[in-house]
Amino acid sequence: MRVLVCVKRVPAPGSRINITPDGLNVDTSHLGFTTSPHEECAVEEATQIVEQHGGSVTVLTVGPPEAEEQLRYAASVGGNDFVLVVNDTGEDWDPQRTSTAIVEAIIDLENDAGEYDLILFGNESADAGGYQIGIKVAVALGRPAVNGIKGIDISGNTLTARREVDSGYEVYTLQAPAVLGVKEGINLPRYPTMKGRLASKKAQIDRRDSSTPPGPQQKVRLHQPEETVTETQVLGNGADAAAAVVDLLADLGVL
Amino acid sequence: MSDFPTKTRCVVIGAGIVGNCLVGHLSDMGWDDIVLLDKGPLPNPGGSTGHASNFIFPCDHSKEIVDLTLDSQRQYEELGLQNTCGGIEVARTEERMEEFKRRMTSAKCWGIPSTLLTPAEVKELVPFISEDVILGGFYTPSVSAVDSLETGTQMRKRAQEAGHLQVFANTEVTDIETTNGKNKPKVSAVVTDRGRIECDTVVVACGVWSPRIAEMAGATIPLTPAVHQMADVGPFDVLVETQQELAYPIVRDMDTFCYERQTAGSMEVGSYAHRPILHRVEEIPSNDEAALSPTEMPFTADDFDQQMEEAIELMEFLGDGEIKYAINGLLSLTPDANPVLGPTVEVEDLWSAAAVWIKEGPGVGRLVAEWMTHGYPHLTDPHGADIARFYPQQRNVHHIEARCEEHFNKTYGIVHPREQWDSRRDVTTGPVKARTDALGAFYFEAGGWERPHWYQSNQDLVQNYGIQEREHEWDGRWWSPISDAEHLHLRDHAGIVDLSAFQIFEISGPGSLEYIEHMVVNKCDVKVGASIYTPVLNPSGGFRSDLTILRLGLERFRIITGAFDGGRDEYWFRHNMPGDGTVQFENRTNAVCTLGVWGPNAVDLLSALTESQLDQDAFPYGSCQEILLAGIPTEMFRVSYVGDSGFEIYTAMQHGLALWDAIAEAGQAFHLRPVGAAVYGTSGRIEKGYRLMGAELENEYTPVEAGLARPKVKAADFIGKADYLAARDDSPCAQLCVLSMNDLACEAGYNRFPMGSGNEPILSPTGERIVDAKGRVSRVTTAGNAPSVGKYLLMSYLPVELCAPGTELQVMYQNELYPVTVEATGPNLALFDPQNDRMKN
Repeated sequence: MRVLVCVKRVPAPGSRINITPDGLNVDTSHLGFTTSPHEECAVEEATQIVEQHGGSVTVLTVGPPEAEEQLRYAASVGGNDFVLVVNDTGEDWDPQRTSTAIVEAIIDLENDAGEYDLILFGNESADAGGYQIGIKVAVALGRPAVNGIKGIDISGNTLTARREVDSGYEVYTLQAPAVLGVKEGINLPRYPTMKGRLASKKAQIDRRDSSTPPGPQQKVRLHQPEETVTETQVLGNGADAAAAVVDLLADLGVL
Repeated sequence: MSDFPTKTRCVVIGAGIVGNCLVGHLSDMGWDDIVLLDKGPLPNPGGSTGHASNFIFPCDHSKEIVDLTLDSQRQYEELGLQNTCGGIEVARTEERMEEFKRRMTSAKCWGIPSTLLTPAEVKELVPFISEDVILGGFYTPSVSAVDSLETGTQMRKRAQEAGHLQVFANTEVTDIETTNGKNKPKVSAVVTDRGRIECDTVVVACGVWSPRIAEMAGATIPLTPAVHQMADVGPFDVLVETQQELAYPIVRDMDTFCYERQTAGSMEVGSYAHRPILHRVEEIPSNDEAALSPTEMPFTADDFDQQMEEAIELMEFLGDGEIKYAINGLLSLTPDANPVLGPTVEVEDLWSAAAVWIKEGPGVGRLVAEWMTHGYPHLTDPHGADIARFYPQQRNVHHIEARCEEHFNKTYGIVHPREQWDSRRDVTTGPVKARTDALGAFYFEAGGWERPHWYQSNQDLVQNYGIQEREHEWDGRWWSPISDAEHLHLRDHAGIVDLSAFQIFEISGPGSLEYIEHMVVNKCDVKVGASIYTPVLNPSGGFRSDLTILRLGLERFRIITGAFDGGRDEYWFRHNMPGDGTVQFENRTNAVCTLGVWGPNAVDLLSALTESQLDQDAFPYGSCQEILLAGIPTEMFRVSYVGDSGFEIYTAMQHGLALWDAIAEAGQAFHLRPVGAAVYGTSGRIEKGYRLMGAELENEYTPVEAGLARPKVKAADFIGKADYLAARDDSPCAQLCVLSMNDLACEAGYNRFPMGSGNEPILSPTGERIVDAKGRVSRVTTAGNAPSVGKYLLMSYLPVELCAPGTELQVMYQNELYPVTVEATGPNLALFDPQNDRMKN
């Protein structure tokens, strides 16, 4: 099975997220970067699918040149091929431009090596949270798509996808090729091994430019929600803390 | 917050290992009104303590650091928070195996049981090690891992339960207010986001944040946050099966600058091999902004790849372990890699307790508490960690970062005792440097100054005097046979020494005599033009300094002290000045140039430049006179640290070059040669048995033991007098001695030359450590060739029963034993010209 996973390089902030003075971006000057958590699960899911059914995993990102770091991370935990569609404009692209660039890349890749049976996205990115790239790509490619997926079973060309809802699961059956947006919790992503990390240094990155025009969506400004101040009180250590815990639970009406 | 205090005696900022241990010890020592603040939550407020690897390798070459480390281990043990698992440093190179011999020597000196292991023996202790990549190991069974967070909690709790301490976490310090102190600003209050606390004393124990906090009061704490990378890798069956936190010794892979430490089922791999990654304090995120904690910065994996490869070489199974946690952990680096402790120089009652590793934390807590309580610590002499050691040009970020970049990769490096810095050279130079450059001077740095150590232009003297190179590269590193040749030439003819690095202070004003009498041991009420060589004591009677004072006028004194001591001495003299304006202190180091001319021809040579009489009758030893030399105003001081007739000559810095040229020109007829500091500081000195601050002279020893007690004690009171008098009344249990090496030949058959770097023990004839009745170990404080005596000499304190000349003992150097004989003890340790005929006749 040929699986494509689309990932995004996002900042890894703490509980407080600073915004740049112009109000347009997250201030990343002292932050590390990671892959959106849902997408880490997508990479893990793709890796497990290929481990079980054979095939290959291609990991694709649209991002700045530095997004190579996220592709190498994917390489350290399982991917086979890696594609970086370079956005060197210094700003995030809007969902339309991003999805168009992805579609163009997928068409090229499929023309070269054949169709992807399954394209995985994270449900939404950790920073912009637009919830739409996967759907836009699926529509453009004319393939079925479901978001919010927390379980995938494969039997031949039939994909069974489960989506968590309040009262249980919704189960979808799709025919490959298809697009799924997965959510954190679908699996527990593995950590890279030291050998995996070292091997990832040798992974070939397929860098591509995109001439996609800017999309219509414009970011006006980011808003910093009011901070909620919380204070942690240590009730004690070990058994000595038991009485205080009981008192607190009683106060809260739990007991 | 209604319970937030508005007034206290002492505020300690920072609840890491240092701040917590400090408040515990302060409480034990009777401080009953302390407030501890931290901007983060407890028990882990987010500083370096929270991500430390928490292991302790006790052996170091520095006595000061070992004293702090061993005391810390005792404290962790007393709290039941130490796991003694043993540790092995492994070598991949022959150079490292040689270094292990040096470590064995240090271990013997400090009484730390250690052994050298073959690769097979290493594998017996660490079965998963690839023994084929190592040449051997240095095993210390007392290596331990500790719980630094719980230790901090317990120490804090101790002070709280005594009713001496209030603790406020999540409390950000926003300002430190000062008021006018005696001679400089004094702390008056700490302002926080919860309120303002008036206080008498503030301690900055804020680790990487310390510079920013100190700056609020106008003080500097010279350190920089720097990255130490580490990764937690696992799980591994071989470790999980042990069901222990630490079943195997901790391994330090010294040649790759990495360590591997078991943490239950995983292995923590840490590195000091990556490129130096320094941060500015303002780049550290807040607790809220940080993804992990403020000092657990995002891991930059590219910097760690080579270390991973090398770790896998050493322990193959590591390659299959998952990297579950990896950080760029921040720690504090200082320009010379030592802690920064003690009262800050800029602000009264503002203390620094920073740049401290976990292995020294509790010891530093005790030491700083003693310092704050008694005026000086007892645990060890902290002169290497004293924050006052830095000069102004060493306190800025440019210097700090340059030096830290240079020494970061030496954290596990093999650092020669005489090793010189590459960075930030030529920042402080004397007026004659153009001339000394032209003479091929090889410079050592002395307190930031460039000081010629020997001169290539004297190469011809090596052949003339038949001086041999040292066979072992280690012994010959940062050394030249030219030095011994310069020494002999000075003894035969004359030498000129560039002493621009001397630290020169002037005290003046109507209160100056009374003040200076209070500061030093020996009587200063001498006639104008006379000199006083004197110890300076701590309140407890140990050495704080030794220096020379010239009485230049009835109310004017010049203090001359060493380049390595000027910062601490200036702090001490300024700190103790009366605040009534009757005494003025001026640091004239940058205004006064000092040249030294000594040797049998020195007086005749200098007489050729002046119409003044320079003979002993007109200009007796120990006196100072204003003399025109070649028309240049100078103050000449007849004295010698090298044991030959001659003078220290002071002139205004702008005249220094002209004075050098005049002396050099006149010197041609007197066979004058430039002579480097290797002669001045070591070979000339040791032949005369002169003591050196920081070597023979330290807080643990008294003037009586150092042989520097005068027959009488002056009537005036002075700092440390009570303890000094008590020391005079007691029979000393140890005395400073000079010993000679009977045989320099090592087992391989060639000669070796101990360094005198403080870590070479003097041993009994049967190879046992020698410890005096006060628990002080006998060790070499200075070592050097004595070319005019024809011996290689050592200085060491010995228990009085071993001080008799002729006593046969041993010295350990590079893990081999050499026979030595006591040559002299008491006040006069000179083996060369013991009656001082050359200097005084």
